[in-house]
Amino acid sequence: MKQELIIAGFGGQGVLSMGKILAYSGLIEGKEVTWMPAYGPEQRGGTANVTVIVSDEPISSPILSSYDTAIILNQPSMEKFEDKVKPGGTLIYDGYGINNPPTRKDINVYRIDAMDVAAEMNLIKIFNMIILGGYLKLHPIVEIDSVLKALKKTLPERHHHLIPQNEEAIRKGMELVK
Amino acid sequence: MDIKEIIQPENMVYHKPDLLNDVPMHYCPGCSHGVVHKLVSEIVAEMGMNEKTVGVSPVGCAVFAYKYIDIDWEEAAHGRAPAVATAIKRLWPDRLVFTYQGDGDLACIGTAESIHALNRGENITIIFINNAIYGMTGGQMAPTTLMGMKTATCPYGRDAKLHGYPLKITELAANLEGTCYVTRQSVHTVGAINKTKKALRKAFENSMQGKGSSLVEIVSTCNSGWKMSPEKANKWMEENMFPYYQLGDLKDTTNQ
Amino acid sequence: MADQEITLMKGNEAIAHAAIRCGCDGYFGYPITPQSEVLETLAEQKPWETTGMVVLQAESEVSSINMVYGGAGCGKKVMTSSSSPGVSLMQEGMSYLAGAELPCLVVNVSRGGPGLGTIQPSQADYFQSCKGGGHGDYRLIVLAPSSVQEMADFVDLSFELAFKYRNPAMILSDGVIGQMMEKVVLPPFKPRRTEEQIKKEAPWAALGRDKNRKPNIITSLELDPSVMEDINIRLQKKYAQIQENEVRYEEYMLEDADYAIVAFGSAARIAKKAIELARGEGIKVGLLRPITLWPFPIKQVAALKDKVKGILSLEINAGQMVEDIRLAVECKIPVAHYGRLGGIIPAPDEVVDALKKMM
Repeated sequence: MKQELIIAGFGGQGVLSMGKILAYSGLIEGKEVTWMPAYGPEQRGGTANVTVIVSDEPISSPILSSYDTAIILNQPSMEKFEDKVKPGGTLIYDGYGINNPPTRKDINVYRIDAMDVAAEMNLIKIFNMIILGGYLKLHPIVEIDSVLKALKKTLPERHHHLIPQNEEAIRKGMELVK
Repeated sequence: MDIKEIIQPENMVYHKPDLLNDVPMHYCPGCSHGVVHKLVSEIVAEMGMNEKTVGVSPVGCAVFAYKYIDIDWEEAAHGRAPAVATAIKRLWPDRLVFTYQGDGDLACIGTAESIHALNRGENITIIFINNAIYGMTGGQMAPTTLMGMKTATCPYGRDAKLHGYPLKITELAANLEGTCYVTRQSVHTVGAINKTKKALRKAFENSMQGKGSSLVEIVSTCNSGWKMSPEKANKWMEENMFPYYQLGDLKDTTNQ
Repeated sequence: MADQEITLMKGNEAIAHAAIRCGCDGYFGYPITPQSEVLETLAEQKPWETTGMVVLQAESEVSSINMVYGGAGCGKKVMTSSSSPGVSLMQEGMSYLAGAELPCLVVNVSRGGPGLGTIQPSQADYFQSCKGGGHGDYRLIVLAPSSVQEMADFVDLSFELAFKYRNPAMILSDGVIGQMMEKVVLPPFKPRRTEEQIKKEAPWAALGRDKNRKPNIITSLELDPSVMEDINIRLQKKYAQIQENEVRYEEYMLEDADYAIVAFGSAARIAKKAIELARGEGIKVGLLRPITLWPFPIKQVAALKDKVKGILSLEINAGQMVEDIRLAVECKIPVAHYGRLGGIIPAPDEVVDALKKMM
């Protein structure tokens, strides 16, 4: 098993932390993982993206030219990464703020309106977990249990009471994917 | 009294400090460095710190200070002595650590290192020899060269429009929170030498007591660079340097 | 065992944790992207309360490297880290450290230049690291990690080599290895050396003169040319010894290879992926990864000339290491270079294209 994915959106959407939780979950399961961010001022307000690889085998390059999955959360990232999904790969996007939906026919495209749902559920801050849930439904590369353990590891103690909400968001995301 | 009698310990009224090495100094006759070296040697021994002192020598005339005072030394790059001393003192807090720097080293190329070490309150002493000229490289303008003073790189005299003003870095240092003792002294008379010795002793003790940074400026002559006899240089210093670089304590928080 | 815990962290963070664990006495640094997490992690970890390690944010990189000089000169295990423009500022100090023969560690998490350049990754500091950088005939021991694990492991190794040869060592990393997170097993805790151990291991250190010895003087100054020449000859002998004893490298899929890629650090990771892709297309290619950039694995690269039809030097720069490869193979086989500039990282498929072009 190997999943090479890119998560891309605006800074502040939780792109990097979603990737980090996924990488941590892989680590907890004894898998090989890399997490490579586009760093710098891009993080603040501009576009942010992170390449995450989860694999049973040692990972060579943390930098890729094409991806098994692209999770796209804004229009500029759609323009940048739609073409980089491997044929037969997966593209997940949130309809919020996307003016030009993906057009490729040789990949599997899923729309998750996580932003809208998160607003309804009053979970805006963890909208990224809804997306993660959707992704894990399609590609169950790690167990939800591992994700919860990863949250516990990566979140500061004072935020641990939010873990049940995160779980709820992940499960909601799984329901949303069709 | 013949020579054998004279050198009997009970007849000695003055002798070279034990820490001052018995080697010819490269300093010019009349230069202030020799006197200050002697004072440092005396104080380190008097404090019982011969084995616990690390000096940091500069680039400038005092670059070879390590040849003359019989302690461990690190010779720093030009201007960087306060950074070097910062690390030594932080890594060996029970050591006596001082820098010995000239005006070009401390107040020009090393201004940033000096100001920041003093502002951090590093428990070190900076000994600052201010003779208003670059001695080692042959008499060029220093940051502390007086207005109108002629040097190899301001041969028509220091002109504010061309060169800016002489820098009173010691006054700057006195305004920094990290300094506990900032003083300006000289070594041109016996009285002045005694005062400077007291000042240096106080500064060294401050650093061992963790009180913060001490800066001891010593207004000095460079008779070669000034192109004067030693005697005339002393007179010129009194008449021209002292009015601008006034002697005395600028700051002393150690008694509070 | 807590010591053996597998954890996920950035290369920069691994440097900081490894420093604390390997008994480092002092870190002096100045913030610059993409390496600031080294100082940030140290500040957050507060090792001065546990191991007693000193951590200080200096006023500049110039000051940092001179604090390293001060700390190394008094026998302590000290280090700094920075990124390319900051490391340029340190070059004077590096020359002094080499001249005074002081062991220390300088980490360069390099970025694209010249000038202020970009904050994105680059390997354009190969020349600066391996060919001098500062003035005078000197060498640094240069290690190039290609994983977060190696970032952690090379801290202790660098100190070991630095003290063995009384020479500054450098970890030449880049924004990829510094910023990426990977699994890492941190080295076990090693206590900082005691005063007695320091006096024994570094009898040359200026830390206060014992009664029974002459003063220790840390300097690189010698005005008598004949003495200075002798010092230089001695340094060159030391460098020859390092070249003889300390070459480190990794070979990957070279056994049956028709072509070789030579790449270090992050580029070697990309090369491995490119090799995977190329072999999928039936192209037999392998990798020689210099781990020590200086001493350069001259013999190992030279041996490739009897083994493969051509070499591709993959570097994230305009072609620097390629010169050393050509010298090593004495231009007997074609040696091409492929690289991207200005903070762009070559993608694995581009490397495959470059390989095909060379064939």
